[in-house]
Amino acid sequence: MSLVYSGVLSHAPGITGRAHLVDNTARRDEFYAKLDQQRREIEASGAQALIVMAAEHFANFFMNNMPAFCVGIGEKYSGPIEDPEWLKIDKTEVPGAPDLGRRLTSEIMQTVDTAYAEEWKFDHGIMVPLHFLTPNYDLPIIPVNINCQGPPLTPLHRAWAFGEAIRRACDSVPEKVALVGTGGISHWPATPDSGKINEEWDREFLDRLVRQDKEALLSYTDEETYRDGGQGGFEIRTYIAAAAAAGGPLEVQFFTPDLPIFAVSCTVGRFEIA
Amino acid sequence: MSLYNLQKFLYELNRDEAFQQKCREDIAGCLEGYELTDEEAAAIKDGDIGLLYVLGVNGQILMHYAAFLGIEWFDYLDLMRKGIEKHGPVRAGVYAMTGGGDAFTVEDPKR
Repeated sequence: MSLVYSGVLSHAPGITGRAHLVDNTARRDEFYAKLDQQRREIEASGAQALIVMAAEHFANFFMNNMPAFCVGIGEKYSGPIEDPEWLKIDKTEVPGAPDLGRRLTSEIMQTVDTAYAEEWKFDHGIMVPLHFLTPNYDLPIIPVNINCQGPPLTPLHRAWAFGEAIRRACDSVPEKVALVGTGGISHWPATPDSGKINEEWDREFLDRLVRQDKEALLSYTDEETYRDGGQGGFEIRTYIAAAAAAGGPLEVQFFTPDLPIFAVSCTVGRFEIA
Repeated sequence: MSLYNLQKFLYELNRDEAFQQKCREDIAGCLEGYELTDEEAAAIKDGDIGLLYVLGVNGQILMHYAAFLGIEWFDYLDLMRKGIEKHGPVRAGVYAMTGGGDAFTVEDPKR
Protein backbone atom coordinates (compact mmCIF):
# COMPACT_ATOMS: atom_id res chain seq x y z
CA MET A 1 0.00 0.00 0.00
CA SER A 2 2.47 2.64 1.11
CA LEU A 3 4.85 3.99 3.65
CA VAL A 4 2.55 4.81 6.54
CA TYR A 5 5.03 6.08 9.12
CA SER A 6 8.55 7.50 9.19
CA GLY A 7 10.31 8.57 12.34
CA VAL A 8 13.62 8.77 14.13
CA LEU A 9 14.92 7.80 17.54
CA SER A 10 18.16 7.38 19.43
CA HIS A 11 19.51 3.91 20.11
CA ALA A 12 22.55 4.14 22.39
CA PRO A 13 23.12 1.08 24.60
CA GLY A 14 23.07 3.18 27.75
CA ILE A 15 19.39 3.98 27.14
CA THR A 16 18.57 0.55 28.49
CA GLY A 17 21.86 -0.66 29.93
CA ARG A 18 22.62 2.34 32.13
CA ALA A 19 19.09 3.44 32.98
CA HIS A 20 19.80 2.67 36.64
CA LEU A 21 22.69 5.16 36.72
CA VAL A 22 20.58 8.15 35.68
CA ASP A 23 20.26 10.89 38.25
CA ASN A 24 17.71 12.92 36.27
CA THR A 25 15.07 10.20 36.34
CA ALA A 26 12.24 12.60 35.47
CA ARG A 27 13.89 13.49 32.17
CA ARG A 28 14.69 9.85 31.53
CA ASP A 29 11.10 8.82 32.09
CA GLU A 30 9.89 11.64 29.86
CA PHE A 31 12.11 10.22 27.13
CA TYR A 32 10.76 6.72 27.69
CA ALA A 33 7.20 8.08 27.53
CA LYS A 34 7.90 9.64 24.14
CA LEU A 35 9.31 6.37 22.89
CA ASP A 36 6.12 4.68 24.03
CA GLN A 37 4.13 7.33 22.19
CA GLN A 38 6.15 6.46 19.10
CA ARG A 39 5.21 2.81 19.60
CA ARG A 40 1.54 3.73 19.76
CA GLU A 41 1.79 5.88 16.65
CA ILE A 42 3.40 3.05 14.71
CA GLU A 43 0.69 0.66 15.88
CA ALA A 44 -2.01 3.18 14.98
CA SER A 45 -0.55 3.47 11.48
CA GLY A 46 -1.60 -0.12 10.85
CA ALA A 47 1.92 -1.04 9.83
CA GLN A 48 2.34 -4.69 8.94
CA ALA A 49 6.13 -4.49 9.06
CA LEU A 50 8.71 -2.11 10.47
CA ILE A 51 11.89 -1.13 8.68
CA VAL A 52 14.59 -0.32 11.21
CA MET A 53 17.21 1.70 9.38
CA ALA A 54 20.25 1.44 11.59
CA ALA A 55 23.94 2.12 11.82
CA GLU A 56 25.06 -1.28 12.98
CA HIS A 57 28.19 -1.64 15.03
CA PHE A 58 30.17 -4.58 13.63
CA ALA A 59 27.64 -7.26 14.47
CA ASN A 60 27.39 -8.42 10.85
CA PHE A 61 29.52 -6.30 8.61
CA PHE A 62 33.27 -5.84 8.78
CA MET A 63 35.92 -4.27 6.61
CA ASN A 64 36.40 -7.53 4.72
CA ASN A 65 33.19 -6.86 2.80
CA MET A 66 31.46 -3.69 3.97
CA PRO A 67 28.28 -2.78 2.10
CA ALA A 68 27.21 0.83 1.76
CA PHE A 69 23.64 -0.41 2.23
CA CYS A 70 22.06 -3.70 3.21
CA VAL A 71 18.46 -4.87 3.58
CA GLY A 72 17.47 -7.87 5.68
CA ILE A 73 15.34 -10.49 3.98
CA GLY A 74 15.58 -13.19 6.63
CA GLU A 75 12.73 -15.15 8.20
CA LYS A 76 13.98 -14.36 11.68
CA TYR A 77 16.78 -12.62 13.48
CA SER A 78 18.47 -12.93 16.84
CA GLY A 79 19.83 -10.42 19.27
CA PRO A 80 21.33 -8.77 21.09
CA ILE A 81 24.87 -9.89 20.38
CA GLU A 82 25.94 -8.05 23.50
CA ASP A 83 25.92 -9.43 27.02
CA PRO A 84 22.20 -9.23 27.94
CA GLU A 85 23.04 -8.11 31.46
CA TRP A 86 25.16 -5.26 30.09
CA LEU A 87 22.43 -4.11 27.69
CA LYS A 88 19.56 -5.06 30.02
CA ILE A 89 17.78 -6.70 27.10
CA ASP A 90 17.32 -10.47 27.03
CA LYS A 91 18.42 -12.48 24.04
CA THR A 92 15.47 -13.21 21.80
CA GLU A 93 14.31 -14.02 18.29
CA VAL A 94 12.66 -11.39 16.15
CA PRO A 95 10.38 -12.20 13.20
CA GLY A 96 11.42 -11.01 9.76
CA ALA A 97 9.43 -10.33 6.61
CA PRO A 98 11.28 -12.30 3.93
CA ASP A 99 8.77 -12.01 1.11
CA LEU A 100 8.15 -8.31 1.65
CA GLY A 101 11.86 -7.73 2.14
CA ARG A 102 12.65 -9.34 -1.21
CA ARG A 103 10.06 -7.27 -3.05
CA LEU A 104 11.29 -4.07 -1.43
CA THR A 105 14.88 -4.96 -2.21
CA SER A 106 14.06 -5.66 -5.86
CA GLU A 107 12.49 -2.23 -6.21
CA ILE A 108 15.23 -0.44 -4.27
CA MET A 109 17.79 -1.99 -6.60
CA GLN A 110 16.25 -0.21 -9.56
CA THR A 111 18.11 2.89 -8.43
CA VAL A 112 20.43 1.97 -5.55
CA ASP A 113 22.84 -0.97 -5.41
CA THR A 114 21.97 -2.39 -2.04
CA ALA A 115 23.27 -5.62 -0.59
CA TYR A 116 20.82 -7.98 1.09
CA ALA A 117 21.15 -10.56 3.83
CA GLU A 118 19.14 -13.53 5.06
CA GLU A 119 21.26 -13.66 8.22
CA TRP A 120 21.52 -10.72 10.59
CA LYS A 121 22.44 -10.52 14.23
CA PHE A 122 21.00 -7.49 15.97
CA ASP A 123 23.16 -5.33 18.19
CA HIS A 124 22.02 -2.49 20.44
CA GLY A 125 21.45 -0.30 17.40
CA ILE A 126 18.34 -2.30 16.56
CA MET A 127 17.55 -4.03 19.86
CA VAL A 128 17.18 -0.80 21.85
CA PRO A 129 14.60 0.61 19.40
CA LEU A 130 12.74 -2.71 19.32
CA HIS A 131 12.74 -2.86 23.12
CA PHE A 132 10.59 0.27 23.12
CA LEU A 133 8.73 0.06 19.81
CA THR A 134 7.82 -3.64 19.65
CA PRO A 135 8.40 -4.89 23.20
CA ASN A 136 6.64 -8.17 22.47
CA TYR A 137 8.67 -8.69 19.29
CA ASP A 138 5.47 -9.43 17.40
CA LEU A 139 5.84 -7.06 14.46
CA PRO A 140 7.84 -8.33 11.47
CA ILE A 141 11.09 -6.42 11.17
CA ILE A 142 13.13 -5.52 8.11
CA PRO A 143 16.58 -4.45 9.26
CA VAL A 144 18.38 -2.00 7.04
CA ASN A 145 21.92 -0.79 7.43
CA ILE A 146 23.81 2.23 6.18
CA ASN A 147 27.56 2.16 6.71
CA CYS A 148 28.18 4.79 9.35
CA GLN A 149 31.04 2.97 11.08
CA GLY A 150 33.78 1.76 8.77
CA PRO A 151 35.29 4.49 6.55
CA PRO A 152 34.99 5.08 3.65
CA LEU A 153 31.44 5.81 4.72
CA THR A 154 28.30 5.95 2.63
CA PRO A 155 28.06 9.47 1.14
CA LEU A 156 25.21 11.55 2.48
CA HIS A 157 23.69 12.12 -0.93
CA ARG A 158 23.58 8.36 -1.47
CA ALA A 159 21.85 7.94 1.89
CA TRP A 160 19.25 10.40 0.63
CA ALA A 161 18.87 8.46 -2.62
CA PHE A 162 18.53 5.26 -0.61
CA GLY A 163 15.73 6.80 1.44
CA GLU A 164 13.93 7.84 -1.72
CA ALA A 165 14.34 4.32 -3.11
CA ILE A 166 12.88 2.82 0.06
CA ARG A 167 9.91 5.17 -0.24
CA ARG A 168 9.30 4.20 -3.84
CA ALA A 169 9.61 0.53 -2.91
CA CYS A 170 7.18 0.84 0.00
CA ASP A 171 4.67 2.63 -2.16
CA SER A 172 4.85 -0.23 -4.69
CA VAL A 173 3.71 -3.01 -2.34
CA PRO A 174 0.23 -3.73 -0.94
CA GLU A 175 1.42 -3.91 2.68
CA LYS A 176 1.51 -0.97 5.06
CA VAL A 177 5.12 -0.33 6.05
CA ALA A 178 6.54 1.82 8.83
CA LEU A 179 10.12 3.01 9.00
CA VAL A 180 12.38 4.41 11.70
CA GLY A 181 15.86 5.78 11.28
CA THR A 182 17.90 5.25 14.38
CA GLY A 183 21.18 6.80 15.35
CA GLY A 184 22.76 9.51 17.35
CA ILE A 185 23.38 13.08 16.35
CA SER A 186 26.63 14.36 17.92
CA HIS A 187 28.28 11.90 20.25
CA TRP A 188 31.63 10.40 21.08
CA PRO A 189 30.55 6.93 22.16
CA ALA A 190 32.86 4.23 23.42
CA THR A 191 35.65 6.69 24.07
CA PRO A 192 36.75 8.47 27.28
CA ASP A 193 34.70 11.40 25.94
CA SER A 194 31.50 9.38 26.23
CA GLY A 195 28.73 11.72 27.35
CA LYS A 196 30.08 14.69 25.40
CA ILE A 197 27.30 16.25 23.33
CA ASN A 198 27.38 19.25 20.99
CA GLU A 199 23.88 20.57 21.66
CA GLU A 200 24.16 23.47 19.22
CA TRP A 201 25.20 21.15 16.40
CA ASP A 202 22.40 18.73 17.25
CA ARG A 203 19.75 21.44 17.25
CA GLU A 204 20.98 22.80 13.92
CA PHE A 205 20.83 19.34 12.39
CA LEU A 206 17.30 18.79 13.70
CA ASP A 207 16.29 22.19 12.37
CA ARG A 208 17.45 21.16 8.92
CA LEU A 209 15.18 18.12 9.19
CA VAL A 210 12.31 20.29 10.39
CA ARG A 211 12.82 22.54 7.36
CA GLN A 212 13.26 19.43 5.15
CA ASP A 213 16.26 21.34 3.79
CA LYS A 214 17.87 18.73 1.57
CA GLU A 215 20.73 20.95 0.43
CA ALA A 216 21.69 21.83 4.00
CA LEU A 217 21.34 18.24 5.19
CA LEU A 218 23.66 16.98 2.47
CA SER A 219 26.22 19.74 2.91
CA TYR A 220 28.03 18.24 5.91
CA THR A 221 31.47 16.84 5.10
CA ASP A 222 32.75 13.87 7.08
CA GLU A 223 35.59 16.06 8.33
CA GLU A 224 33.14 18.63 9.68
CA THR A 225 30.96 15.97 11.23
CA TYR A 226 33.93 14.31 12.92
CA ARG A 227 35.10 17.66 14.28
CA ASP A 228 31.72 18.92 15.47
CA GLY A 229 29.71 15.76 16.02
CA GLY A 230 32.28 13.10 16.75
CA GLN A 231 32.52 9.69 15.16
CA GLY A 232 29.01 9.01 16.44
CA GLY A 233 27.81 11.92 14.33
CA PHE A 234 28.35 9.81 11.23
CA GLU A 235 25.05 8.16 12.13
CA ILE A 236 23.13 11.20 10.82
CA ARG A 237 22.90 9.13 7.65
CA THR A 238 19.99 7.15 9.11
CA TYR A 239 18.03 10.31 9.91
CA ILE A 240 18.76 11.74 6.47
CA ALA A 241 17.53 8.59 4.73
CA ALA A 242 14.38 8.55 6.88
CA ALA A 243 13.77 12.18 5.90
CA ALA A 244 14.16 11.35 2.23
CA ALA A 245 11.75 8.44 2.55
CA ALA A 246 9.15 10.62 4.26
CA GLY A 247 9.44 13.62 1.98
CA GLY A 248 7.96 15.93 4.61
CA PRO A 249 9.22 17.91 7.60
CA LEU A 250 10.20 16.46 10.96
CA GLU A 251 8.22 17.10 14.10
CA VAL A 252 10.70 16.91 16.97
CA GLN A 253 8.70 15.19 19.69
CA PHE A 254 11.52 15.03 22.19
CA PHE A 255 15.08 16.24 22.45
CA THR A 256 17.35 16.52 25.44
CA PRO A 257 21.10 16.74 25.97
CA ASP A 258 20.52 16.24 29.69
CA LEU A 259 21.11 12.49 29.92
CA PRO A 260 24.84 12.20 29.14
CA ILE A 261 25.07 8.82 30.83
CA PHE A 262 23.29 7.59 27.70
CA ALA A 263 26.27 8.98 25.72
CA VAL A 264 24.03 10.74 23.22
CA SER A 265 21.39 13.43 23.10
CA CYS A 266 18.04 11.68 23.23
CA THR A 267 15.74 12.30 20.28
CA VAL A 268 12.32 11.15 19.15
CA GLY A 269 10.67 12.54 16.05
CA ARG A 270 8.10 11.88 13.39
CA PHE A 271 8.14 12.99 9.78
CA GLU A 272 5.17 14.08 7.76
CA ILE A 273 4.65 11.64 4.92
CA ALA A 274 4.48 13.83 1.84
CA MET B 1 47.03 -4.89 8.22
CA SER B 2 47.82 -5.92 11.76
CA LEU B 3 45.17 -3.65 13.30
CA TYR B 4 42.76 -5.07 10.76
CA ASN B 5 43.49 -8.58 12.03
CA LEU B 6 43.20 -7.51 15.64
CA GLN B 7 39.80 -5.96 15.01
CA LYS B 8 38.67 -8.94 12.99
CA PHE B 9 39.45 -11.26 15.86
CA LEU B 10 37.41 -9.10 18.22
CA TYR B 11 34.60 -8.72 15.67
CA GLU B 12 34.31 -12.48 15.37
CA LEU B 13 34.51 -12.94 19.12
CA ASN B 14 31.84 -10.33 19.80
CA ARG B 15 29.23 -11.88 17.52
CA ASP B 16 29.76 -15.61 18.07
CA GLU B 17 28.82 -17.23 21.38
CA ALA B 18 30.53 -20.52 20.47
CA PHE B 19 33.76 -18.68 19.70
CA GLN B 20 33.41 -16.79 22.97
CA GLN B 21 33.29 -20.06 24.86
CA LYS B 22 36.36 -21.35 23.01
CA CYS B 23 38.23 -18.17 23.86
CA ARG B 24 37.38 -18.55 27.52
CA GLU B 25 38.91 -22.02 27.43
CA ASP B 26 41.91 -21.46 25.15
CA ILE B 27 42.61 -17.88 24.19
CA ALA B 28 46.07 -18.68 22.82
CA GLY B 29 44.62 -21.32 20.52
CA CYS B 30 41.89 -19.00 19.33
CA LEU B 31 44.45 -16.38 18.37
CA GLU B 32 46.22 -18.80 16.03
CA GLY B 33 45.43 -17.89 12.46
CA TYR B 34 45.33 -14.17 13.14
CA GLU B 35 48.50 -12.33 12.18
CA LEU B 36 49.09 -10.18 15.21
CA THR B 37 52.09 -8.44 16.67
CA ASP B 38 53.33 -9.63 20.04
CA GLU B 39 51.93 -6.44 21.57
CA GLU B 40 48.49 -7.06 20.09
CA ALA B 41 48.40 -10.71 21.13
CA ALA B 42 49.44 -9.81 24.65
CA ALA B 43 46.76 -7.13 24.84
CA ILE B 44 44.13 -9.74 24.03
CA LYS B 45 45.50 -12.35 26.40
CA ASP B 46 45.62 -9.78 29.19
CA GLY B 47 42.26 -8.22 28.36
CA ASP B 48 44.13 -4.90 28.26
CA ILE B 49 41.37 -2.47 27.26
CA GLY B 50 43.65 0.56 27.58
CA LEU B 51 46.25 -0.79 25.18
CA LEU B 52 43.65 -2.06 22.71
CA TYR B 53 42.11 1.42 22.69
CA VAL B 54 45.49 3.04 22.04
CA LEU B 55 46.23 0.56 19.28
CA GLY B 56 43.20 1.91 17.46
CA VAL B 57 40.53 -0.74 17.90
CA ASN B 58 37.22 0.77 16.81
CA GLY B 59 35.31 1.89 19.89
CA GLN B 60 32.18 -0.02 18.98
CA ILE B 61 34.17 -3.24 18.74
CA LEU B 62 36.07 -2.46 21.92
CA MET B 63 32.92 -1.54 23.87
CA HIS B 64 31.30 -4.88 23.07
CA TYR B 65 34.51 -6.70 23.99
CA ALA B 66 34.65 -4.88 27.33
CA ALA B 67 31.08 -5.99 27.99
CA PHE B 68 32.10 -9.56 27.17
CA LEU B 69 34.87 -9.26 29.77
CA GLY B 70 32.30 -8.06 32.30
CA ILE B 71 33.89 -4.64 32.75
CA GLU B 72 31.57 -2.04 34.25
CA TRP B 73 30.90 1.11 32.23
CA PHE B 74 32.84 3.62 34.31
CA ASP B 75 35.74 1.21 34.72
CA TYR B 76 35.79 0.83 30.94
CA LEU B 77 36.09 4.59 30.49
CA ASP B 78 38.84 4.76 33.11
CA LEU B 79 40.77 1.91 31.51
CA MET B 80 40.87 3.81 28.21
CA ARG B 81 42.13 6.94 29.98
CA LYS B 82 44.81 4.92 31.77
CA GLY B 83 45.80 3.35 28.49
CA ILE B 84 46.49 6.78 27.08
CA GLU B 85 48.44 7.79 30.18
CA LYS B 86 50.60 4.69 29.85
CA HIS B 87 50.94 4.27 26.09
CA GLY B 88 50.28 7.70 24.62
CA PRO B 89 47.60 8.90 22.19
CA VAL B 90 45.43 6.61 20.10
CA ARG B 91 47.54 5.51 17.16
CA ALA B 92 44.90 4.83 14.49
CA GLY B 93 41.23 5.00 13.64
CA VAL B 94 38.48 7.50 14.40
CA TYR B 95 37.88 6.80 18.09
CA ALA B 96 40.62 9.04 19.47
CA MET B 97 40.04 10.94 22.69
CA THR B 98 39.35 14.59 21.89
CA GLY B 99 39.69 16.18 25.30
CA GLY B 100 42.05 15.91 28.21
CA GLY B 101 40.40 12.86 29.66
CA ASP B 102 37.74 14.73 31.60
CA ALA B 103 34.56 12.85 32.39
CA PHE B 104 31.37 14.00 30.70
CA THR B 105 29.11 11.80 32.80
CA VAL B 106 28.37 12.72 36.38
CA GLU B 107 25.19 10.84 37.10
CA ASP B 108 26.68 8.03 39.12
CA PRO B 109 26.63 9.30 42.71
CA LYS B 110 28.86 6.48 43.88
CA ARG B 111 31.87 7.86 42.00
